[in-house]
This record gives sequence, structure tokens and C-alpha cells, in this order.
Amino acid sequence: MIEALRDLGEYLSTALADDLQGQEIGYGQLNLLTTRASLIKVLTLLRDDQNCQFKQLMDITAVDRPEQPDRLELVYNLLSLKLNQRIRVKLTTDERSPVDSVAGVFSSAIWMEREAWDMFGIFFAGHPDLRRILTDYGFEGHPLRKDFPLTGFKEVRYDEQQKRVVYEPVKLQQEFRHFDFLSPWEGMLRLPGDEKAEAEKTQEEGA
Amino acid sequence: MGEVQIKPLTLNFGPQHPAAHGVLRLVLEMDGEIIERADPHIGLLHRGTEKLIEYKTYLQAVPYFDRLDYVAPMNQEHAFALGVERLLGIEVPLRGQYIRVLYCEIGRLLNHLLNITTFAIDVGAMTPILWGFEEREKLMEFYERACGARLHAAYFRPGGVHQDLPAGLLEDIATFCETFPSVIDDIEGLLTENRIFRQRTVDIGVISREEAEDWGFSGAMLRGSGVPWDLRKSQPYDCYADLDFDIPVGKNGDCFDRYLVRIEEMRQSLRIMRQCIEKMPVGPVQVADHKITPPKRGEMKRSMEALIHHFKLYTEGYHVPPGDTYAAVEAPKGEFAVYLVSDGTNRPYRCKIRAPGFAHLAAMDYMCKGHMLADSVAILGSMDIVFGEVDR
Repeated sequence: MIEALRDLGEYLSTALADDLQGQEIGYGQLNLLTTRASLIKVLTLLRDDQNCQFKQLMDITAVDRPEQPDRLELVYNLLSLKLNQRIRVKLTTDERSPVDSVAGVFSSAIWMEREAWDMFGIFFAGHPDLRRILTDYGFEGHPLRKDFPLTGFKEVRYDEQQKRVVYEPVKLQQEFRHFDFLSPWEGMLRLPGDEKAEAEKTQEEGA
Repeated sequence: MGEVQIKPLTLNFGPQHPAAHGVLRLVLEMDGEIIERADPHIGLLHRGTEKLIEYKTYLQAVPYFDRLDYVAPMNQEHAFALGVERLLGIEVPLRGQYIRVLYCEIGRLLNHLLNITTFAIDVGAMTPILWGFEEREKLMEFYERACGARLHAAYFRPGGVHQDLPAGLLEDIATFCETFPSVIDDIEGLLTENRIFRQRTVDIGVISREEAEDWGFSGAMLRGSGVPWDLRKSQPYDCYADLDFDIPVGKNGDCFDRYLVRIEEMRQSLRIMRQCIEKMPVGPVQVADHKITPPKRGEMKRSMEALIHHFKLYTEGYHVPPGDTYAAVEAPKGEFAVYLVSDGTNRPYRCKIRAPGFAHLAAMDYMCKGHMLADSVAILGSMDIVFGEVDR
């Protein structure tokens, strides 16, 4: 299985030399890194090439890493029934630049991109019908971003006087409690009292 | 008199409609009784599962999977457990694998019994649902005896299953496997040759092999269109590789073929269950590493080590090495997968749930176009939609 993946990776690195930023095999699965500009080309080749035939796009998702300059990582999971292989195509993007929609390559992308737009606010250029999909009508914000609070901003209830559902800002009876159970000796990267050593190191580097 | 342009009628179907299988709102643009465009509005059952999982430890995330496809809860847990196990690099003991497969197939029966019978009631057959739900009750009793809950099991944990099966349960499941085929025959007797059922399903919602692949279909929806593809065979997980079963495949890709595929899958599930009972090995049901699975209660009374393990496991949980993986299982509805991203802490950094029903429902517009209004109900029934997993 791993051998076949290596061969496939080698083949792709020649076929898509300019469009791939890199590739790796992690936990027995092949990951391809690409860019916004060559996304459509990569996915079309993966679908149509005789040696790939990744005819099914199973999933599109994103991972939010706010500390990075290109904070959003888009992940496309493809499946080839012919080769019995899976492949993952990844690319990073920021929150403003649009990503080309792959709805023209795989029809299943239509809803999956709508979901990525709804949850992460990634704009897909050329999408036939980019509306919110899972959240409420008139919802604001993109809930799966890391800076969106777990409790949200609005809550709804039925108002007996007005005879309709009303939206109000979230009122918590109790402050949201987020426990940090990480062991101090495993979770902490910097030991207490060690700040001085760190500061000296950065000063030396600066000098 | 000149030609008059008639504005298409917009019809709102659901979200409170028994044939919508939950909370689907379907906005239909009709030309007379012909559907021109179907626009499903989903998300009425959205609970933010993926967001909640990011704030829980790996063990605390397990019960959320029961609440996705609540018709066959354990199959969902299986995908998550496999993903975490792959990242942790652990292998479940053989007895644990066999129990999992046995309960996955019980889940498949639970799901298909619900789907076939509610599909039948949608197209006008009342009786199958009464017979089918009686059997489902028996199956849920097996769930209850293994884990204490009829529906929300939280039984498949990363590292194995929560506890061993009680004495006598396997014998009772074996008895069930003997009596159940006659119930399938009865249900089939009411439906397969039934004139009304055939008129409502044959050549309705036809989807070709290429279209099914393009729309990301999986499970019975893909096999109904003639693609011999089943993850249990092609990418076997747990002990499926040791078991002998066949994959039924349809020919025409219409609603009737998908129904037939599901019926045959139930028979094959029984075959797998019988083999599991026959071959059930003895031994532990979860890995011995108490950093991942809890120690025995008796042990905790004596051993300080065990007590510490128990405390750490249920407060901090375990740390999963950084990385990402896509773990897929053949759930009754199709390919259910979990894309798990770990950053090395005790909580998942991201957990994307790939629900088969989501991809199927996305093709609703494509499949309904040009059909009559009543056919939309048959198509929806044959898609096997449960909103717990579509909306997540």
C-alpha cells in the first residue's frame, strides 16, 4: 500500500512539477500541497489522468490556524475507486483572498464549498450558488474559526408577548469554564522561572 | 390570444412533514406537477458537533458520534475510534475487533430496517414499519445489554470497546440470527413483487455510475448504480478481512435497486454476525495500556498506579501525537469518515465529520429535476437521509 503511494507520489511530482509545493506520506496517506492558482489544474489532472482516476471528491474541509499568516488550510479528500487509494490535497489561504471553486470539476463540491464558506468564511470564486448552508437564516460570523466563541453571540427564545421568536445577545448564567488539564510537565513548553534564559537568547540573536 | 407566461409555483415542503425524514425544508419550484428545481434547506438540526469536539478530550468526544446518525450509533463511533487509534499507533485486541464488527452489523440491520420500512410507508405501504420496528426493538435490546443504553451507546472507545459482553448475550444474538431471515422474507413478500411499490420506485431517481461518482455518493447509493464498492471489502478495517461476505450490486441505479441492495445487505450482515459469533475469540476487549484505557475497578482499590491512571485518564485524557488522518468506515448509509487533526495535546485540534447523507442530499436537485412531486418523496426515502448526520 505504501509502495503504491510512493509510486503515485513520484508520478505526480513529474506530472505536476510546477503546481505542487511538496508532498508527504503521513499515517499511510498521501498529502499533496498546492497553491490557490493551480488548485483546479491539480484536481482536474487527478480526476482525468489514467494513472490516478480520483473520480470522487469525498470531502472538503478547512483547518483554522490563526497564528499563521495564511491562517486557513483547505483540505480536499479524494478517492479513487480504480486504484483503491485516497489522496489529500491541501492549500493555505488567508481570509480575504478567494479560492477558485472546484464545483465545475466535481459536482459534490457545490455543497461542501458552501459549508466551508459558512463555517470558515472562505470565499469560492465562480461558485454557482454560494449561500450559507448549516447555520440559521441571517447568521453572522463563521463558527468554526478559532476566534469564534463556543457559546456564540446570539440566543433565541419564543417571546410570549410578541408571539414570535426573538434573538438576544447570549446571557450566560455562569461564566464559560474552560479547564486546562494539561500536565505542567507535558503541556508546558517553557518552565516557570525560565523566562530570563529565553530573553537572553532572543537578545543574543538580535545582536 | 398570445402565449401566456406562467410563473412557476413555489412549494414549501417541510420542515414538519412526515415524509421529510426529520427536519428537511425543501423549496420546490414546480411547473404543474413537475419539479423544475429543488432547493433543500438544511441545518435545522445543526448542533455544532465539530466545534464542541474541539473543546473536549478525545474520550469525551465519543458520545457526540452517537448523536449524529442516531439510527445506527455505533458505526459512527467506529470511525472516530479508528482515527484516534491510527494516530496513537495502537491495535485493538482481536476480541475487541470482533465485538465491534458484530455490533456494526447490528447497527446496519437497525439502519436498513428503519430505512426500508419508512421508505415503504412514504410510498404507501403501512405494514412493514410495524414488523420492522418490532425487530429493531430486539436489536436495541442487544445494544442495551452490551453497554446499558438503547441508543446513545458510547461503547466503541479508542483502544477497544468499553466493556466485555455479558454471559449469554452471544447465544441470544445467535438465536436472533436464526429467526430474523423469515422477517426479511415477510417484508420482501410485501414489497418486492408489490405492484404499487414497483410503480412508485422502478425507474424513479435513476442515477448512472458516472453521475454517482461525480456527486460523491457512497454506500447503497453507489452500489445501486452498479459500482461494486464497499470499504469493508476494499479497505478492510478491524477484522472484516477475516470474514466472508458478498457485496450486492444494483443494475439500474433507481430507487428500487437501492431498496434491493439494502435488503440483500441485511442478509449479508446476518452472515457476518453468525461468523463473528462462531469465531469470537477469548481475551481482552481493549488495549492493556492504561494511559489510554481505564484500569479495572478492583485494581484501583489496591494499586496506587491504577488510581493515578484512572484520575489522569478522566481529567486530562491522553495526548495524541500531532498529525492528521482521514479514517473512513462503511456506515450503513455510506462512507462515514472523520478527518482528525491533532496538535499533540489532549483535545482534537479539528475534527471534520464526513457524513454520507450530506453528499446524497446535495444531489437532490439533480435527481428530482423533471420528476413528479410524489417522486421526490420516493427519491428522498431511497437516499436514506437522517438529519442528525447531515446537519451535524
